[in-house]
Amino acid sequence: MSELLIESPAASVEIEERLRAALPADVDHASARLVEERSEHLRVRRHQLDPIFNQFDAGVMIAIWHDGGLGYAATNDLSPAGLDDAVATARRWAAITAGSMVPVSAPTGHAVGSYESPVEVTWDSMPLADRIELLQQQSRLLGIDDRIVDWSASLVRREIDQLVLTVSSDGGEGRIDQHFRFLYPGLRATANEGTNTQTRTFGANAFCGQGGAEVLGRYGFGDAASRIAEQSLELLTAPNCPSGVMDLLLAPDQMVLQIHESIGHPLELDRILGDERNYAGTSFVTPEMFGEFRYGSELLNVTFDPTVPGQLASYAFDDDGTPAERHHLIDNGILVRGLGGATSQERSGVPGVANSRAVSWNRPPIDRMANLNVEPGESTVAELISSIEDGVYLHTNTSWSIDDSRNKFQFGCEYGQRVVDGEIVGTVRNPGYRGISRTFWRNLKGVADRDSFTVMGTPNCGKGELNQMVGTGHASPACLFGDVEVFGGEA
Amino acid sequence: MSTGAQTYFDEIVAAATGRLVGDEVLLANVAGERTDFIRLNHGDVRQAGTVDQRVLTVDLVEGRRHVAGSIPLTGVRSLDDARLSALLGQLREQRRHVEDDPFLLYNTEPVSTERVEHGEIPAPDAALADIRAAAGGRDLVGIYAAGDTYSGFANSLGQRNWFQSATFNLDWCFYLRADKAAKNLYAGFEWDDDAFAAKVDWSIRQLAALERDPIDLAPGEYRTYLAPRAIEEVTQLLSWYGAFGQRAHETRQTPLLKMLVEDLTLSPLVNIAEDTAGGVAPNFQSAGFVRPDRVPLVVEGAYADTLVSPRSAEEYGVATNGAGDAEQPESLSIAPGAIPTDRVGEALGSGLYVGNLWYLNFSDQAACRTTGMTRFATFWMDDGEIVAPVNVLRFDDTAFRLLGDRLEGLTDTAEVLLDTSTYEQRSTASQRLPGALVSGMRFVL
Repeated sequence: MSELLIESPAASVEIEERLRAALPADVDHASARLVEERSEHLRVRRHQLDPIFNQFDAGVMIAIWHDGGLGYAATNDLSPAGLDDAVATARRWAAITAGSMVPVSAPTGHAVGSYESPVEVTWDSMPLADRIELLQQQSRLLGIDDRIVDWSASLVRREIDQLVLTVSSDGGEGRIDQHFRFLYPGLRATANEGTNTQTRTFGANAFCGQGGAEVLGRYGFGDAASRIAEQSLELLTAPNCPSGVMDLLLAPDQMVLQIHESIGHPLELDRILGDERNYAGTSFVTPEMFGEFRYGSELLNVTFDPTVPGQLASYAFDDDGTPAERHHLIDNGILVRGLGGATSQERSGVPGVANSRAVSWNRPPIDRMANLNVEPGESTVAELISSIEDGVYLHTNTSWSIDDSRNKFQFGCEYGQRVVDGEIVGTVRNPGYRGISRTFWRNLKGVADRDSFTVMGTPNCGKGELNQMVGTGHASPACLFGDVEVFGGEA
Repeated sequence: MSTGAQTYFDEIVAAATGRLVGDEVLLANVAGERTDFIRLNHGDVRQAGTVDQRVLTVDLVEGRRHVAGSIPLTGVRSLDDARLSALLGQLREQRRHVEDDPFLLYNTEPVSTERVEHGEIPAPDAALADIRAAAGGRDLVGIYAAGDTYSGFANSLGQRNWFQSATFNLDWCFYLRADKAAKNLYAGFEWDDDAFAAKVDWSIRQLAALERDPIDLAPGEYRTYLAPRAIEEVTQLLSWYGAFGQRAHETRQTPLLKMLVEDLTLSPLVNIAEDTAGGVAPNFQSAGFVRPDRVPLVVEGAYADTLVSPRSAEEYGVATNGAGDAEQPESLSIAPGAIPTDRVGEALGSGLYVGNLWYLNFSDQAACRTTGMTRFATFWMDDGEIVAPVNVLRFDDTAFRLLGDRLEGLTDTAEVLLDTSTYEQRSTASQRLPGALVSGMRFVL
């Protein structure tokens, strides 16, 4: 039994029977999505262990489609009475919304299947005392100089067990159970001299994924602390990044952000359909563009791939029960498919993917990114660097901003390297760059090969009303862009 | 369960207190809501339903060693007691592996408080009918969220604090086309048809102004009026990144670093405070400390106090002022100035009227250099009159200029802006902000 479990798992026979009994068979379609989450949060900051935090959460979302209406009811009361109350509430909402809904059909068919995160080394095989000591070791490697004024090492493990039961008035039934295991390692070093503060990080916004303790080795957690501590000091004496139009080589841990903001969000069909215009925003992409719009240069190949073992947003079914499959979204630079689940595909007439996802039991599913990856090319990173006459090589995102149509962006990185005449000639601080999505991707002039291809993810993508924060996966090699406006910080 | 949530919380904590061992101290917090939500697009319902949830968080202390955890409260007493017992057992087991926490601080002098704000919230079907009628066939997109939210603190020393409010919040846009929209918010404790109609009328007037052909402005520096909603984005960014927090101050990560190191100041017109008494957030925090009514953060442009959490108080040897762990304002206010709010156009003359900013972040955090976008209704004004809507622009400038030497003045009224965030749970944060007239704001794309 997992150390994190404090009661029977979500898929217990008793709970499942209770849910099945509560679901009404006299409606067009009904579902119960039960989610149990357990997590452990460990952090050592400046050699001091923060209070350990253990989270346990459990609840169910009932959804009822009937007579053109759709109603949701979420509760963490899983007693028979609590479930009956939730079903009655969802029924009321379905009745209230019938006749005033954005036209959507009730789901047809019922899926049956399961998924389990691949785990090589169970996290519980490392005792708590060892986990704390591991973080203390990293803390000692981070706090190496008086100029490093703040540092921390952290580990967050999450276990999510999800069971989706469906039923419809034609007698159909479905059952999907999926079990996710995540690890989010994190390191941070902040150095300061006067008005110059520089932070280097490792982990949480890129190097995290599904699995057990092997996730640490996958990303080189044990080697990272010394490197980021030294780089935070190096940045204190580095010159500001130069300003000008030049070549830009992005490391995989910045490509995560670049893909996410300027390909992922604009391709979400619910944004294109206008659902997000009051909050997350709209998109410069319109339904007519699919199949013919040149999104990037011929070197750009982007896939939606929830089948990558160990990537943060891998799964077998989305929360609408659509089986998850790999698809090209951008094929040799041409936009061919959107990021939208069954409902958005029906509304837009645009081909989509299985990406209807909810953050937990307390939110309805909406279109999310899941794993969105740039496929590797044929150049080595060394070849890309040697092709640069005047440019910068940037690592690790620190700042992100983009307009609500996902066009005009400005991103900043923690660590930059100046590249002149094919050679890295030094480190630069406060590097940033800005551009317009379609121009930027069309200026993609080099994609590194599988050697630099890194499978990553980011845990905090915010979207939706009610707001939802979900994890998304991104994999990429290093990529080279031409004619980019680059700049540095204040003098 | 919201009606009896306070009693239930008291009973759960009392039962758990009875099961403490030796010198253990229990700190408990509950956060919950029962929220009806209606999500709309093109004036129709996209998603609608109810979320009923509450989370109990406990910190189990023995001496200076402690471990924390959380469980959902179902309302079924036997199950909740059993879960809490299991959690406490797990925390005791983990506590064997931790050393004394030198930064542990919790309130040991019980101060019990209670604040309950009752509301008159329409039934969901009535609210939906009102909203759709107001849309009148226009392209309305947004979210209506309504119901009880509550939070409570209790400890085994006998302290009890409770905050509960019944509110509604309609956060919506009328869209004209593409990214041109009139953004508005109607929120409160009692739904008032006349007040809602006035909000709708304002949006319709702004929509009419957006019908003119939009113009593109070249990058450059423009005289600009930033409406309170735009200022809110700036203060929110500063708050998130520790501008007003003791920890960020001590570790030199505050974006206002130059105010610490170089004695740089904002404009003397700027007075910023954490105004708990004027806000709608709870006046207590998770370790049981009750917040003062007001903490001055910036006084006449100069750095004043910071928000100090209990952990920072122990770490840095200063007194806590009841801040949460994140040391971010929850009820930030900027004092109004002298520009008559109803004569903003006249004060601006020729320049940009920016209703909303969006997606702010730092270009250079240590220098407080900030970037972000205009959004929704942004207009070019000439002689105080609207000339045309302006297509979205990216700015890149420092708060030291925008709220410093380029600040000409603030409006004479400050608008109460309720936080519409619903991550995890509906927010109770708010800000009270005036608009700002800036002689020059830098736009780069």
